[in-house]
Amino acid sequence: MALLEVEDLHIYYGNVHALKGISLDVGEGEIVTLLGANGAGKSTTLRAISGLVKPRSGNISYRGGSLNEIPAHEIVRHGISQAPEGRRLFSTLTVDENLTLGAYVRLRDKASVEDSRKRVFDLFPRLLERRNQLAGTLSGGEQQMLAIGRALMAAPQLLLLDEPSLGLAPILVKSIFAKIREINEQGVTIVLVEQNARAALKLAHRAYVLETGRISLSGSAQELLKDERVRKAYLGEK
Amino acid sequence: MEQLLQQLVNGITVGSVYALVALGYTMVYGILRLINFAHGEMFMLGSYFALTLIVSTRVGVLQLVPNVLLGLLLVFLFSMGLVSTVGVVVERVAYRPLRRSTRLAPIVSALGASLFIQNAVMLTYGTQYQVFPEGLLPTTVWRVFGVEVTLMRVIVLAISLGLMAALYAFVQKTPLGTAIRATALDHDAARLMGIDVDRIILTVFLIGPALGAAGGIMVGLYYRQINFTMGWTYGLKAFTAAIMGGIGNIPGAMVGGLLLGILETLGAGYISTGWKDAFAFVILIAILILRPTGLLGERVAEKT
Ligand SMILES: Nc1ncnc2c1ncn2[C@@H]1O[C@H](COP(=O)(O)OP(=O)(O)OP(=O)(O)O)[C@@H](O)[C@H]1O
Ligand SMILES: [Mg+2]
Repeated sequence: MALLEVEDLHIYYGNVHALKGISLDVGEGEIVTLLGANGAGKSTTLRAISGLVKPRSGNISYRGGSLNEIPAHEIVRHGISQAPEGRRLFSTLTVDENLTLGAYVRLRDKASVEDSRKRVFDLFPRLLERRNQLAGTLSGGEQQMLAIGRALMAAPQLLLLDEPSLGLAPILVKSIFAKIREINEQGVTIVLVEQNARAALKLAHRAYVLETGRISLSGSAQELLKDERVRKAYLGEK
Repeated sequence: MEQLLQQLVNGITVGSVYALVALGYTMVYGILRLINFAHGEMFMLGSYFALTLIVSTRVGVLQLVPNVLLGLLLVFLFSMGLVSTVGVVVERVAYRPLRRSTRLAPIVSALGASLFIQNAVMLTYGTQYQVFPEGLLPTTVWRVFGVEVTLMRVIVLAISLGLMAALYAFVQKTPLGTAIRATALDHDAARLMGIDVDRIILTVFLIGPALGAAGGIMVGLYYRQINFTMGWTYGLKAFTAAIMGGIGNIPGAMVGGLLLGILETLGAGYISTGWKDAFAFVILIAILILRPTGLLGERVAEKT
């Protein structure tokens, strides 16, 4: 059984029909990437899984139970956390405070929270050096590390990453992708939204391609890397 | 020199009350980008509740309560609790239904709530001034460096500075306080952390009115005369203090309140007593023109 299953999901922003019947599934331990042009509905899909937008119709189920009626702030408790598009750090709070908030729903479990914090610092030693600095004063790369670290503090089983490479220099992109693989190898299932299709397909097991609110293609990452349409539209080849 | 010192002490005393009330404006604005124009009424209600409690339980007169200070402490706690309840009701009735509407609607609603509370108090107590009983506290006066310090003044300062320190520690050091600061910055990001934003709003509408009420009680005890319109004048001054410190900025509200109290007292002392109440508005207008983000804050400019 899939860890996450989305069935015929329709999302509206007012009159804007952003998702027009998306279906996808994510298996335990997988990295699944969502590709697509600007405005295709990638972020909306992640926002829906986190409960920030609620479906008009369709169903999102996680470990067999529906998430449709669960408010956003409860969804983290089910083991789903997100590093959102644009990072959305708490800029006037310190790195440490941002990390603590990532673990907000399980702060009573002090030992385990400190354990997670240590693991985040092991993964991103840079954050340890900067732990008392305000998040808004970090460099772009450091901010992305913090966004991912903050999401990891929830000790998620399912991690949603929305464009983690956005605005980073190529060398940093490489290192962030390596970290994502490392997180996955530690047993965290990942849904990765990316503009950087080539790198994402190399990292992921499977992929879905979104086009104006619908899924136009899906398959194993290797298949899609070879697919004619994908090469033309997303890998910049002729 | 002594006169200046005396005025500074006076200014800090009244300023600390402005600061307490300003915190209510600034915290609500921080979370909801809403100016709670009914907040001045929380201040007024605190004063009226306290007066009623003092008169009906005869604190300090019949010695029903063994100790006046203990009695006053209970009066503070009860009145603050009652006003918190009113604050939460106002949020539910006047603001929550309008949360997703235009920015103008909640302002109109706030003014409506304000008028409603004022009229309710006027109908209950009448339009005349109400007077706190005399001689609740011994009129002890200390002289420090030629400055007269009354027991009442010491109590006002101790309570308001104590409450501010407690609030500051709460907001800076506790998980709930950190969640309040995070929610002020980004509601959706806060939700992703598992923060229940409605609970944060509720918390802010418990704390703000309680602090405002404490201010109102102290003004009642200090000046002894209260009126159902007092929420307007003090509310506007506290609002000025919040703007001075940069609305949304908690330490800013504290600094703004103290500064306004000092400026106002100095202005009354050295320029003209008659214009005392006008200074606040001159300052408010000057700040809005010259430095709309306030002295400490950039909150107004930061995403609206
Ligand atoms: N808050 C909103 N209000 C109205 N329309 C919105 C809102 N957010 C997104 N949309 C619309 O929904 C559609 C999907 O947007 P979404 O952000 O999910 O796209 P995306 O695939 O993440 O794009 P990008 O690659 O640019 O991040 C777009 O047409 C967008 O204009
Ligand atoms: Mg997006």
